Amino acid sequence: MAEPAACADCLRRSWLLAALGPYVEKIATGEVGSRSPELLRLSNEELVEVAAPKAAAQVLGRVAALSEERMVAELLAAECWACCRHDHLYPHSLHDAPDAPWALIGRGDPRLLDGLEPFGAVTIVGARRATAYGREVARELGRELAAAGIVVVSGLAFGIDACSHRGALDAAGRTIAVLGCGPDVPYPASNRSLWRRICETGAVVSELPPGATPWRWTFPARNRIMAALAGMTVVVEAATRSGSLITTDLAADLGRDLGAVPGPVTSRASAGPNGLLAAGAHVVRDAQDVLDAMLGPGCRQIERPAPKLDPDLEAVLAAVESGACSCDAVATATGLTAAAAAAALSRLELLDYLSCSNLGTYSRTTLLPRSAAASTPPPIVPLS
Amino acid sequence: MLATAKTFTLDGISARPVQVEVDVHKGLPNYTIVGLPDAAVREARERVRAALVNCGFEFPLRRIVVNLAPASLRKAGPGMDLAIAAALLSASGQLQWERLSRIALAGELALDGTTRPVQGALAMAEAAREGGMETIVLPAGNGAEGALVEGIGVVAIESLGRLPDLAAGRWDPPRPEPLPLQLEAAPGTPDLADLRGQPHLRHALEVAAAGGHSLLMVGPPGAGKSLAASRLPSILPPLAPVEALEVARIASACGRLGDGLPPGRPFRAPHHTISAAGLIGGGTPPRAGEATLAHRGVLFLDELCEFRRDALEALRAPLEAGEVSISRATGRRTLPCRFMLVAAANPCPCGRGESDPDCTCAPYDVQRYQGKLSGALADRIDVLAAVRQPSAAEIGGAPGESSAVVQDRVCGARERQERRLGPGRCNAEMTPAEARACALSEEAAVLLADLYERQRLSGRAHDRALRLARTIADLDGAEEIGEEQMAQALQMRRRDDG
Repeated sequence: MAEPAACADCLRRSWLLAALGPYVEKIATGEVGSRSPELLRLSNEELVEVAAPKAAAQVLGRVAALSEERMVAELLAAECWACCRHDHLYPHSLHDAPDAPWALIGRGDPRLLDGLEPFGAVTIVGARRATAYGREVARELGRELAAAGIVVVSGLAFGIDACSHRGALDAAGRTIAVLGCGPDVPYPASNRSLWRRICETGAVVSELPPGATPWRWTFPARNRIMAALAGMTVVVEAATRSGSLITTDLAADLGRDLGAVPGPVTSRASAGPNGLLAAGAHVVRDAQDVLDAMLGPGCRQIERPAPKLDPDLEAVLAAVESGACSCDAVATATGLTAAAAAAALSRLELLDYLSCSNLGTYSRTTLLPRSAAASTPPPIVPLS
Repeated sequence: MLATAKTFTLDGISARPVQVEVDVHKGLPNYTIVGLPDAAVREARERVRAALVNCGFEFPLRRIVVNLAPASLRKAGPGMDLAIAAALLSASGQLQWERLSRIALAGELALDGTTRPVQGALAMAEAAREGGMETIVLPAGNGAEGALVEGIGVVAIESLGRLPDLAAGRWDPPRPEPLPLQLEAAPGTPDLADLRGQPHLRHALEVAAAGGHSLLMVGPPGAGKSLAASRLPSILPPLAPVEALEVARIASACGRLGDGLPPGRPFRAPHHTISAAGLIGGGTPPRAGEATLAHRGVLFLDELCEFRRDALEALRAPLEAGEVSISRATGRRTLPCRFMLVAAANPCPCGRGESDPDCTCAPYDVQRYQGKLSGALADRIDVLAAVRQPSAAEIGGAPGESSAVVQDRVCGARERQERRLGPGRCNAEMTPAEARACALSEEAAVLLADLYERQRLSGRAHDRALRLARTIADLDGAEEIGEEQMAQALQMRRRDDG
């Protein structure tokens, strides 16, 4: 495989965007923030004229003066690589977007981009402030999609993003994190260890040069890359006015598939995906739903080996499914002693039916008991 | 003329011998105290003068030098008044007492010559016995605690005026009644029956108490965490007499023995604004901290995440070692602190828990808050109990099992542990080698190995699970750790134990 390559003009575009960071921030904050992808359709000169009319000549001059050697040296110093829209490594899927980044600056394994087709990747987005349910579903989706050979794309943010990356890493699968800052800047800082793991086995990409700091407008901007990279965008949890919905809008504009994970209608955290479902998005209950929607029903089956359960364990599992999330609640609901309930919960956790938070709250994984899995009706083939 | 008397100064919780030398000779009337006295000791000058005169003695109008030896040791507190007065009387010929060299004296004097109790009388009586003294003379208020020490005569006097009678043998007071050491909590103290419902919390408390394991309770405010913690001393085994003496010694040195020793095991719940020195002890002169006051009892840290990080960090080494070492320029003291750690925390700053949709905490705040949980003391916590708001039916329901019933089971489990590990030891103190030597059924071994291999357990967490499973097996009366017990132990583990 050839090394990723980028021409100087495309690289300069990245450096120009970094230089325009604070200027664009001024004109694209608030409601307009979501318009930053539109701004990025403009050519260099137009963009500078719109964003920084007074400093236009100065900014353009400074960027034009950047030599290719200088930019390459900066990339190497930050252990980054770059591929521009003229390079064969540049993902085809991005060509669909009118505002596609001129160059992708990356860190980690550039081979993840090699031959990346829209139907080979799924973008998982969602709220930073996610519930235990959302985290669990995101992780499970990441894990199973990655295990099925799909590249999991997300944005390294708190909550859903981080969980879907972690799920993919759990399955030793491929994952791409798209950042709204330089790829060498772990943002948010507390996801540094996750960022490091993705750099080791996956790829971190951005349209901004190494060292670029994040601005409010760079997040909607990176969302357009996430939306374009994958054949389907899945929202796990999001409030009604959420950045995640910007991604789905952008994905819908590109004609990509949309999926949403249903949640309780009373939960604010699930208002976004429930709204999308009402508007006709694909229902995503598990990774199989994603594969069926993106590739066609039955094209690829996900293997889910699930061990059989004792009646006692089934009773405890049923209690957790109906809302008992602590050992106390399970003991009360099932009438078992605290000791027996604790032992049953522990077994179910070891069998991966349940997951437990750091603080001892249990939630259901998406793993189905064998008996229940067999009774799922075959998927209905939509008329097309 | 020269006379000497023996007394003690309190250093931490132990007493150090001090020799009082008084020289009275001709010269301009003068009265000085030398030998590194602190302010309270220097003021003994005025107290002793007034007490002597008011008891009908004559204060010699000569040149008086009081030397406190060893001169290099800093002396603190008013406990040397009695010894200075006795030596002064002896030096001025008003008291003939040939046994004075074999007698230790400690006590503060009021201006009318009556004695006032001092801190650390118990430790002083012990030090006197170690120093080969026949008798220790203590203020009347300290007689009972001094009498706890066997093998030394204890005399409690109410007033300085009794000294001549005592010296001449005209007065032979009986040994005071020793302070009653109440090994069990007094009836009417908080009982576990007050904890209604919440079976998991009860179980976690019982397991933690049975093995001496440290416990962290996480749950919303008002769910009963503090209530549960305050009931813990009542289900711990009663104090052994030796342990009770240790507790009394600490209480005596800290001046907390005023109205007798509080019955049962100590329960300390310092406020979260406490400093590191307040928690483990320190200052000049070094004083015992909350960790030492909780010796043989329970140290409860409510709102664990609100504690200062340095204070929690300072607690780590003492927790492991069972003693606090305070090193200062003037020397190093070791204070005992073998306590059971119990902590409580809210799941997030607002207390609702981040899986509650009403939680308004920003993700960063939650992360920082929980970071405090998994940072500071987390690797010293054995049992994690998720506490939930009890339902209306539970709160209004019948009271739970009483402390006495649970305590019986805990004592049974402790007996089994002592038989295996030796007297006074519990499962929480097992070394890794001892933990791995525990008999394990095949299914339990498979369960543990499976988790370890999937890298959900670190080596330390592996041993911790073994200790906990051993305790649960002890509660069940099983010789071998079974699958059920191992599963329970794994349920109680902390999930962030990387």
